[in-house]
Amino acid sequence: MNLDFSFVNWGVVSSFIAKGFFYSIQLTLVAMVGGIVVGTLLALMRLSGKKWLVMPAAFYVNTLRSIPLVMVILWFFLLIPLLTGIRMGAEASAIITFTVFEAAYYSEIMRAGIQSVPKGQVYAGYAVGMTYPQCMQLVVLPQAFRNMLPVLLTQTIILFQDTSLVYAIGAYDLFHGFDTVAKNFGRPVESYLLAAAVYFVMCFSLSMLVRQLQKRIQIIR
Amino acid sequence: MIDIKNISKWYGSFQVLTDCTTTIKKGEVVVVCGPSGSGKSTLIKTVNALEPIQKGDIVVDGISISDVKTNLPKLRSRVGMVFQHFELFPHLSVTENLTLAQIKVLGRNTEEAKTRGLKMLDRVGLIAHKDKYPGQLSGGQQQRVAIARALSMDPIVMLFDEPTSALDPEMVGEVLDVMVKLAQEGMTMMVVTHEMGFAKKVSNRVIFMDAGKIVEDCTSDEFFGDPEARSPRAKEFLSKILQH
Repeated sequence: MNLDFSFVNWGVVSSFIAKGFFYSIQLTLVAMVGGIVVGTLLALMRLSGKKWLVMPAAFYVNTLRSIPLVMVILWFFLLIPLLTGIRMGAEASAIITFTVFEAAYYSEIMRAGIQSVPKGQVYAGYAVGMTYPQCMQLVVLPQAFRNMLPVLLTQTIILFQDTSLVYAIGAYDLFHGFDTVAKNFGRPVESYLLAAAVYFVMCFSLSMLVRQLQKRIQIIR
Repeated sequence: MIDIKNISKWYGSFQVLTDCTTTIKKGEVVVVCGPSGSGKSTLIKTVNALEPIQKGDIVVDGISISDVKTNLPKLRSRVGMVFQHFELFPHLSVTENLTLAQIKVLGRNTEEAKTRGLKMLDRVGLIAHKDKYPGQLSGGQQQRVAIARALSMDPIVMLFDEPTSALDPEMVGEVLDVMVKLAQEGMTMMVVTHEMGFAKKVSNRVIFMDAGKIVEDCTSDEFFGDPEARSPRAKEFLSKILQH
């Protein structure tokens, strides 16, 4: 088999790949930040001990964790315009879907993180006069976040890989970029190989970063 | 200062506190002792409502903790508490530990909070460690920082929940020294402890608990000076604890 990468040049990268690359990064970042924020709220609901908060949060998390992501992407893209009449592009739809979906996973991580903070810390927060929100914001969540940082970033690496699923609704992401190149130049093998290499480099460097961070941020006990 | 009125508490169907009543006056140092599981730690945690009670009431400086209109966080900010396991905030430096609640709860500005916090840190003899993290300190040092943290809030009363039981023996002294000094300066204190030497030296009153009940509530002189007048359960406890 002869591999020919001669079709790759700066023009190809800037006109086909760059757009998809930046969209994938954007999708990952938005879904990560949004997912962690919503996920933390869901985790707090599930740990509140109040049935009317626990039940909906548990339902949300368990449902989304039991459905394949690609189906959620499709449903959201097809159903939301039907139900609400709001039309949105595949890119925007995917960003919302990923945030909603990843929140379920991040919430489980944050729940474990919150539970990893000893109860005595909560007592200590209350004892100096903090309210529940203050105690969470100033005492529990910073520690939960630090304890869980490696797992949160690992989930983000998975999230980055999963962004390629937006292919299903035709959003223009990194993989779509390589796919377009493959078709335009009739070089699918080379193009998909390059795609794999880019995903690998991104994910591998991220996991290296996780290791470094883990060493630096650990709380001394 | 603290009025504990006929309080009872259950965990499910298990009763941990039964009809406990006592009063702590301003400037008084009261030691609470008793065997493990007698409810002493639970009792002290009910005073600032960290543990809820199902029956009775506690009035701290004229404010009832079971009144729904009571602002519990505000009440707690005036009651200092020191825990068995220190419970310093491990993600914050010593100085931040001392200033956090002053700033966020009392609304003091950073400078003011720092001045007050470092003054208290100096008082417990640890000013040299102001920039360290709790994990870099020994248990005894952490507990002294925890006392300084509570004092920074200008509390009207200090609660100590077994402050020396998680410490290595050689560190017990440094923490007790700080507490003795505090007592001598007139701080109102409620102390759950097994340190009978401390109780003898500084306490005005001793409360002895067993099986969730207050069995003895008398002056320290009576408690240690007249063992014959004690209840059988307290006598047994004293004979065991004072043997060595």
